[in-house]
Amino acid sequence: MSVVQRPKEAYLSVFAYRMAPREEFFTRGHRACQGCGPALGLRHIMKAAGRDTIVVNATGCMEIISSPYPYTSWAVPWIHVAFENAAAVASGIDAAIKALQRKGRLPKKKINILALAGDGGTADIGLQALSGMLARGHNVTYICYDNEAYMNTGVQGSSATPFGASTTTTPAGRVSFGAGYWKKNVAAIAAAHDVPYVATACPSYPLDLIRKVRRSFELEGPAYIHLFAVCPTGWGTPPELTIRMGRLAVETGIFPLYEVEYGRYKLTIDFPQGLRPVEDYLKLQRRYRHLTPEIVQQIQERVTAEYERLKKMEKVTQE
Amino acid sequence: MAKRTGIEVSIAIAEAARQANVDVVSAYPITPQTHIVEHLAQLVADGDLDAEYITVESEHTAMSACVGASAAGARVFTSTSSQGLALMNEIVYLASSLRTPVVMALANRSLSGPISIWNDHSDVMNERDTGWISIFANNGQEAYDLTLMAFRIGEDRRVMLPVMINFDGFILTHVIEPMYIFDDEEIADFIPPYEPVCVLDTDNPITMGPVGVPDVYTEAKKQQEIAIRESRPIIEEVFEEFAQRYGRRYEPVETYKADDAEIVLLAQGSVIEAAEVAVDLLREQGRKVGAVELRLWRPFPFDALREVLCGTSIKQVVVLDRCISFGGPIGPVLSEVRSALYLEKDRPMVVGVVAGLGGRDISLEEYVEMFDVGEECLRTGKDSGEETDLVRIVGLRE
Repeated sequence: MSVVQRPKEAYLSVFAYRMAPREEFFTRGHRACQGCGPALGLRHIMKAAGRDTIVVNATGCMEIISSPYPYTSWAVPWIHVAFENAAAVASGIDAAIKALQRKGRLPKKKINILALAGDGGTADIGLQALSGMLARGHNVTYICYDNEAYMNTGVQGSSATPFGASTTTTPAGRVSFGAGYWKKNVAAIAAAHDVPYVATACPSYPLDLIRKVRRSFELEGPAYIHLFAVCPTGWGTPPELTIRMGRLAVETGIFPLYEVEYGRYKLTIDFPQGLRPVEDYLKLQRRYRHLTPEIVQQIQERVTAEYERLKKMEKVTQE
Repeated sequence: MAKRTGIEVSIAIAEAARQANVDVVSAYPITPQTHIVEHLAQLVADGDLDAEYITVESEHTAMSACVGASAAGARVFTSTSSQGLALMNEIVYLASSLRTPVVMALANRSLSGPISIWNDHSDVMNERDTGWISIFANNGQEAYDLTLMAFRIGEDRRVMLPVMINFDGFILTHVIEPMYIFDDEEIADFIPPYEPVCVLDTDNPITMGPVGVPDVYTEAKKQQEIAIRESRPIIEEVFEEFAQRYGRRYEPVETYKADDAEIVLLAQGSVIEAAEVAVDLLREQGRKVGAVELRLWRPFPFDALREVLCGTSIKQVVVLDRCISFGGPIGPVLSEVRSALYLEKDRPMVVGVVAGLGGRDISLEEYVEMFDVGEECLRTGKDSGEETDLVRIVGLRE
């Protein structure tokens, strides 16, 4: 069995700003909340994507906060059409660029097409369009910034809301412990399309995020990146803990970082010494504060099992 | 020179898209669909059309991809009907508000339920206020000609709006008609390459589709309203140039034996040609009848319609709607015609009938019956009030 090469621990844990491109294409002045995970992630995503990028943004937090006419935070061409169709609009742009370059009406240079949507716009209403785009093989990187509910409209539950989380439509109550379903695994659904590249990433590991976005554009064909995006407003966490929350999600195994390149799974970071207990992560958040030890135990068992399954996938596909 | 050949209308429309040298075709096959998109797919597969054909997974995506491709600077075409159009609806609005000049061939078919794949106008009437230029063809030749003209109209820098060409599903789409199909070189310079105004260009980044806060939304809508209203002279300019070049003349409102008519039937689409047969029959009997075709649906040709109907020999208009406005003013065409004439002093009476829903044929006798309805109104002097507000369906089995 081959030994999986993982990035150096230091590379993942440290963020030296000089190691990231200086240029900003998602610029300051936007109206995101303090400690917004998606906005932080987006800044790094755009550093990685660079100048020759067209962004298709689904309706959602990042669209609303970045484009209140006559202001814009975008230094690259950017289009917003609707909620569920970022993948579809991106498909059209990909087709147009292919046709126009072939016909000599556009110069032949590589243009990165980036579709961007939240978890509602991806796991729920946009899933069909995403599947279509992946299946057709468009040369598009689709990034879902997952803050685990419809945050822009007031913290309503999505199918990416985790088990036990209290949202305004999955509220904890006298007879309910919050969301009674397990989070939909969209990265696995994307990987099932046999696309060249699928990855999970988190703004708490910025250089890893930048590397993954770059990799997605290097490979010809569709790519899907699932970005874990802490939402202090919706989760009830202090804004200054956003980076730590992302770290904890990874270190507890709640949100493992991995890549699937041409079907081969690879954990970005593993914890041979064992995962932290999920409680370390859950207890810092208002949305989980109603959880009983039994529910926490249920979550722990699920997380452990899922993590083991992922490691098996890595073993099986790397062989 | 164009040869007159027998060709299926759907194929002719696909040929029009090919002759316009479209860059991107995005269409879903089951809407119900027509041979238009199948033929285009074959043209691309054979290398006869250099375009990207996107095999989308839904109508919603079909229109979304059209908007994206158009925003990236491509000439785009799609085709749909009935349920598919209803599913597209959300993005149909966005295509016009983002000023993407998509051309859509719309084979008019009824909306479910009950499920029906046959012809009426309920699909397009659902899109009445989407901000698209909407034009009706009443035969295959017109559908072909208007599809070609749609690119010129929509992509004109003074317009920049999407255009839908309406033609009746099955009645036109699935029949073979004798038609003049242009030689490619004959039509080539009528449709110059598309030059977009605003485009997603990495050298000149722009933000498209930003948030319209209450401070700006109203003004954005006003601009859109001005844009479609001001497209009217350009539409006529294109009609005129087409007539000069190729000899076939189109008008926003067209008439048949209406000059000295007292009663006219006003309709849209293929029923007009059948109504003309009824007009001829009644004329032989000495009745002063005619037909009026409302070709241009959006922008609504108020002046042209008033010119035809007001201060002329016409005393009674019978509006034939191919769709019911449930619980409302019978049908959308009746409602619009009445409101267009409301302020006119010397105006005819207007009464509405509904017929030809969900593929129900309209017989010659039934057209005669429609003129009889007009005559009865004219005799009694009633064009409003309880009786005339009832949805009167001609050809209803009782």
